[in-house]
Amino acid sequence: MSEHRVIGKPLRRVDGRAKVTGQTRFADDLSLPGMLHMKLLRSTLPHARILAVDASRALALPGVKLVLTGADFPIPFGILPVSQDEHALCTDRVRFVGDPVAAVIAVDELTAYEATALIDVRYEPLATIADSEEALATPEPRLHDYGDDGNVHKRIAFDFGDVDGAMAKSERVFEDLAFFSGNTHLPIEQHATLAYVDGDGKLVVASSTQTPHYLHRALAKVLQLRAAHIRVIATPNGGGFGGKSDPFNHEIVAARAALVTGRPVKIALTREEVFYCHRGRHPVLMKVRTGVRKTERGFEIVGQELETLLDGGAYGSYGVASTFYTGALQTVTYRIPHYRFRGCRTFTNKPPCGPKRGHGTPQPRFLLEVHIDKICTALGIDPAAWRIDNAVPPDSLTANWLRVSSTGLVRCIEAVVKASGWNERRGQLRGDGGVARGLGLACSSYLCGAGLPIYWNELPHSGVQLQLDRSGRVTAFSGATEIGQGSDNVLVAIVAEVLGIDPLDVRCVTGDTDLTPVDLGSYSSRVTLMMGNAAIEAAERARLLLAGAVAEKLNVPASRLVFADRRVFDSEAPENGVEFAVAVQLAEAKHGTLGTTGSYRPPKSPGDYKGAGVGPSPAYSYSAAVVEVEVDPATGWLRVPKIWVAHDIGRAINPVLARGQVEGSVYMGLGEALMEEQAYRRLPPKLSGAHVHKFPSLLEYKSPGTLDMPDVETILIEEPDPNGPFGAKEVGQGPLLPIMPAVANAVFDAVGVRIDEVPITPEKIAKALASTSRRYGPTRFPTIAWPEPLVVPTPADGGDGKATNERPRKRELARGAVIAPPVEGKQP
Amino acid sequence: MATDLIPLGDPSLRQKVRLELVVNEERRDLVIDGYKSLLELLREELQLTGTKHGCELGECGACAVLLDGQLVLSCLVAAVECDGRSVQTVEGMQNGPTLHPLQSCFADAGAAQCGYCTPGFLLAAKELLERKPDATRAEIAEALSGQLCRCTGYLQIFEAVEAAAAQLRGGR
Amino acid sequence: MMRLPRFQYFAPRTLKDAAGLLSHWGPEASLVAGGTDLWPNMKRRQFTPTRVIGLRGVPELHAITGSPSTGMTVGAMISLTALERHDGVAAMWPALAHAARLISTPPLRNMGTLGGNLCLDTRCNYWNQTLEWRKSIDFCLKKAGSICWVATSSPRCWAVSSSDTAPVLCAIGAEVTLLSTEGERRIPVTQLFRDDGIEYLNKRSNEILTAVHLPPNGGEWRASYRKLRRRGSFDFPVLGVAAAARLDRGVVVEARIVLTGVGSRPHEATEAAEALVGKRLDDPAAVATAVERAARLAKPLDNTDFALGWRKEMSRHHVAAAIADLAAAG
Ligand SMILES: Cc1cc2nc3c(=O)[nH]c(=O)nc-3n(C[C@H](O)[C@H](O)[C@H](O)COP(=O)(O)OP(=O)(O)OC[C@H]3O[C@@H](n4cnc5c(N)ncnc54)[C@H](O)[C@@H]3O)c2cc1C
Ligand code: SF4
Ligand code: FES
Ligand code: FES
Repeated sequence: MSEHRVIGKPLRRVDGRAKVTGQTRFADDLSLPGMLHMKLLRSTLPHARILAVDASRALALPGVKLVLTGADFPIPFGILPVSQDEHALCTDRVRFVGDPVAAVIAVDELTAYEATALIDVRYEPLATIADSEEALATPEPRLHDYGDDGNVHKRIAFDFGDVDGAMAKSERVFEDLAFFSGNTHLPIEQHATLAYVDGDGKLVVASSTQTPHYLHRALAKVLQLRAAHIRVIATPNGGGFGGKSDPFNHEIVAARAALVTGRPVKIALTREEVFYCHRGRHPVLMKVRTGVRKTERGFEIVGQELETLLDGGAYGSYGVASTFYTGALQTVTYRIPHYRFRGCRTFTNKPPCGPKRGHGTPQPRFLLEVHIDKICTALGIDPAAWRIDNAVPPDSLTANWLRVSSTGLVRCIEAVVKASGWNERRGQLRGDGGVARGLGLACSSYLCGAGLPIYWNELPHSGVQLQLDRSGRVTAFSGATEIGQGSDNVLVAIVAEVLGIDPLDVRCVTGDTDLTPVDLGSYSSRVTLMMGNAAIEAAERARLLLAGAVAEKLNVPASRLVFADRRVFDSEAPENGVEFAVAVQLAEAKHGTLGTTGSYRPPKSPGDYKGAGVGPSPAYSYSAAVVEVEVDPATGWLRVPKIWVAHDIGRAINPVLARGQVEGSVYMGLGEALMEEQAYRRLPPKLSGAHVHKFPSLLEYKSPGTLDMPDVETILIEEPDPNGPFGAKEVGQGPLLPIMPAVANAVFDAVGVRIDEVPITPEKIAKALASTSRRYGPTRFPTIAWPEPLVVPTPADGGDGKATNERPRKRELARGAVIAPPVEGKQP
Repeated sequence: MATDLIPLGDPSLRQKVRLELVVNEERRDLVIDGYKSLLELLREELQLTGTKHGCELGECGACAVLLDGQLVLSCLVAAVECDGRSVQTVEGMQNGPTLHPLQSCFADAGAAQCGYCTPGFLLAAKELLERKPDATRAEIAEALSGQLCRCTGYLQIFEAVEAAAAQLRGGR
Repeated sequence: MMRLPRFQYFAPRTLKDAAGLLSHWGPEASLVAGGTDLWPNMKRRQFTPTRVIGLRGVPELHAITGSPSTGMTVGAMISLTALERHDGVAAMWPALAHAARLISTPPLRNMGTLGGNLCLDTRCNYWNQTLEWRKSIDFCLKKAGSICWVATSSPRCWAVSSSDTAPVLCAIGAEVTLLSTEGERRIPVTQLFRDDGIEYLNKRSNEILTAVHLPPNGGEWRASYRKLRRRGSFDFPVLGVAAAARLDRGVVVEARIVLTGVGSRPHEATEAAEALVGKRLDDPAAVATAVERAARLAKPLDNTDFALGWRKEMSRHHVAAAIADLAAAG
């Protein structure tokens, strides 16, 4: 809108200059005098008991300073309070090839590496579990002694409303299965950490982390240090995408190594090790049943049942949340009056899965968007029109008690339908030289920050502090971390807008637990909304202070003052005003040193059943995409020449950066759709117990290059949300979600086969073309012993947000206990 | 671990090597470990950390620099082979305080998100525009096809190169 | 960061010195040209030569001489970029320039050489991995292990010939010069390769490949190259098909079809090519026979990207496409 001078303007991002000059200091760019280097020795067995670790030969190598092993790390950690199942170095058991067993600290990295080969580890191999179906069938040996049972980490079941009744009343029931292969974030920056003991004797850990706050907690817990004496600095991340959101082994081990040696210790992971850190997209097998009833214009959903089976890998990570997310957000796109969800996560001997861009939601979105396409085809209905008719309306409550405030979904669909020529071109495209062409459409929605924090407490999710200087410079402090998404820019833009100054007048200090108020981290698309609202609050408080002082000076009511163009002036007599710096001086004279704070906590969500914590968000973003494909029916070769995508962002704080987030999401979604896969292989069991990542390299994990990227037409839909700062919603994750199903739907439009498995490769298309079913995908979903479901009446059924059959819950976790209590006498 | 696969003992393998090279138009005289790559030389011996790395195996392009004017991957150049040669890195792109047009266009067009791949892209684009000042979109995509970016989806990078090319052709 | 193992580096200034050093150090030494194959392999500790002899300072290896009427000689150290952009080469054998352009990425082509491309180590999903990864499969037959994991009962290694220029050079009948302290010999490129994943070259360990000789072509020969890979850049050939034919008034007089990516050496599909002789390049029956026969040679194993069965199917498609390219080249 025109009254804004910063918001909505395509200004250069605040960190843009540093990034093009090479001045941005990523974690591995840091070095300190006397710095030592660390390497981890990782397990070469997929599952084994550790019998003995002998480091004597390594310690004898000249240049080696220290070797740490599992014995040095008895206290476990993990991102979720319910899954504290990792050790910084494995204590008694390794659970996947790549699990760290020992660390060597030496004068240089090559020496440290050479010494890892001199550590002798004796193992007793254990049986391995390769995937989730095997995990269900193999309760012993258990990977962990916690979890629901056997190698089942978590099983959940919900009935929202009378689903059986609804299904019984439906006219037709459609059923589908799909499998989404696992894939990984692949940030170009490999994780790195520099740990040192500061001049005051306190620990400093600078790391490529998206969540300095949670790393802070994990360090305090594992190292048994007073949290107030640990400083975590999140360096700018060279890409994260969710892959740097857990506290990691190497971070904690480097910290201990720095404490023990008294010298700075750095570790920079290799690409292979990044594949072992993983925390990427869970492989998910899914089944959906949808009951429909005919309507005048098509059909409506009367009930839906979704089952998901997640292959979690060797540790918990965010897995419990991921499991919930495979069900929670499926209701905010199209109207589903009755909804049943069952989710199960298993442990397997592979690097742990966790949150990747879209966390838990892209997999079922793929299934459901393809499912809708199939139902529309079966009933002869235009899938675009159906989606418009059945979009969740604004200001509504879903069957599982999520509150949708604003939605631009219909506008998104209309925009891509128009831009792509959907109505004229779908089903009509002809390719050249025997190549078939087709169009596919899909939609999605995503949250703008989770309604509940990981540790339940009453504290703000995001805090911003402002410090105002007499020079007219304002410094904004926030715990949010810049991972490339532009969060520093959002912070600066909002403060500059509210105070009417230039973004260059604002310095931001972010992601530093000693200097900045807590922000929970750059995950779940929460930063723009939450930090943005905190920034508005802090800036508006600052404005009040300045306005009061300027009003006195100019003798005009404070309400008439305008902050713009680095001035504070009378709206009725613009020449009557003061420079912003003078306004600060006036206020400082009046109030003393100036500083304000702002904080944000999401509104309470209406759902009040156990599990209602996953899914609620202050706002939901919406996306729609049309993908055009070319398929060679002779070979299955698939090419994507063009994508149209519309994203309801609420309000674009910076349209250039917003477009970049959309296109980056489309890119990553396309990689997942076409080629990316975190694949493993097990060697013939008769000959070997090996079970390894198939090819942990950038060459063989296929990430699309410049020649693989199609033309993308990006349309930003601005449907401001009352909960968003200036109406803004998220843009970093949502636009990824529709890409995979849109590709699958386009392949069907082109050659009439259904690929119900991601990635959609030429091999699979060729197989489907040659098959009688004209389909490639899973054919069965295993029987899972689901627990008794929580039965939650829907809002339409007159429910109150509670389950009818829930035992009283204890609101136990961590309320008040913010950070693990310190242990006395162990300060460095 | 199969230690026999890693040679450790031989002292002749630990000898340092001496080299003289020109980096960003400055002469450097160095004595370094013989196993170091040009990437390690730049980052660790000269603290020129603008050159990044994402694989050290030639598979990502993050470490690209200009060696005697040619785009190369510094992770796959042995430092010992750089004796007498001239290297340009991202730190040498700007002219005093003034950004190279590619740098300012990258900053303005959203071509640097996390910025980690950016130095490599900048140098690849620079080499292209010196060779083909009026490169087409297809030629830009081809010239940058050795650089991976996980953030941008490349389109804003292409636009930044086009904008910079226009500026350079305009003599600015 | 992945780092090179420790090694001692030699920078000979003459071919004679280079050959002398190579003989002196024997199996302890490796030659390095552009290093785009050797350095990654050393970083993964697939090879750990303690002496590395760099060829970049040897001037004789950096020249391209000759003309389309006499044939051309390309020095082993000519970079793939220089090869691809050389007007004479492009005019005489455009398929070679095309194949070079399809290799890896622009910076790698600036670094990688033609000699290195021919001597490129064979590749395999179980081999181009770090020492630690290979330890976790207990290594394999190619080095330090006892089993070939792509064919567990096989007595030999099936690692794949992955050079993009090799099949083209075979198809057009190029030759190479090999030099050692004992002398020099010149052999056809087809004879440079052996069908073994470990000993994949008929080059003695003390020999240096000094030059590649391209036969003359005044336009009577046509050649083409088709490459299968997942992405538009970076990726090695999962399958490569080179075809060449000499035509007289539209009729094939002589033809060669060479497949790469499907075995430990470039495979010449002699019988397939014979099916084209005496026929026109657009003769559907002849082409179909050639495709059938060539595809029979392709026995993909699980050592590259893409699924086996499909790769086999794609060899038909690519052979047909390479022949169609020949027809279109007229
Ligand atoms: C990411 C990536 C992608 C790649 N993609 C492709 C691809 O698509 N197609 C392809 O063909 N290649 C590809 N390569 C491999 C490689 O870059 C090229 O094959 C290149 O041409 C090798 O040449 P070089 O000069 O760098 O070889 P070097 O690494 O220097 O040498 C390779 C081997 O040949 C020996 N050698 C080199 N020169 C001589 C000589 N004159 N005489 C005797 N022995 C010699 C060396 O001792 C060494 O064993 C790729 C490499 C990477 C890292
Ligand atoms: S083909 Fe067999 S022996 Fe050769 S590298 Fe591959 S697994 Fe090893
Ligand atoms: S670091 Fe990836 S190509 Fe050099
Ligand atoms: S901007 Fe992050 S990798 Fe390119």
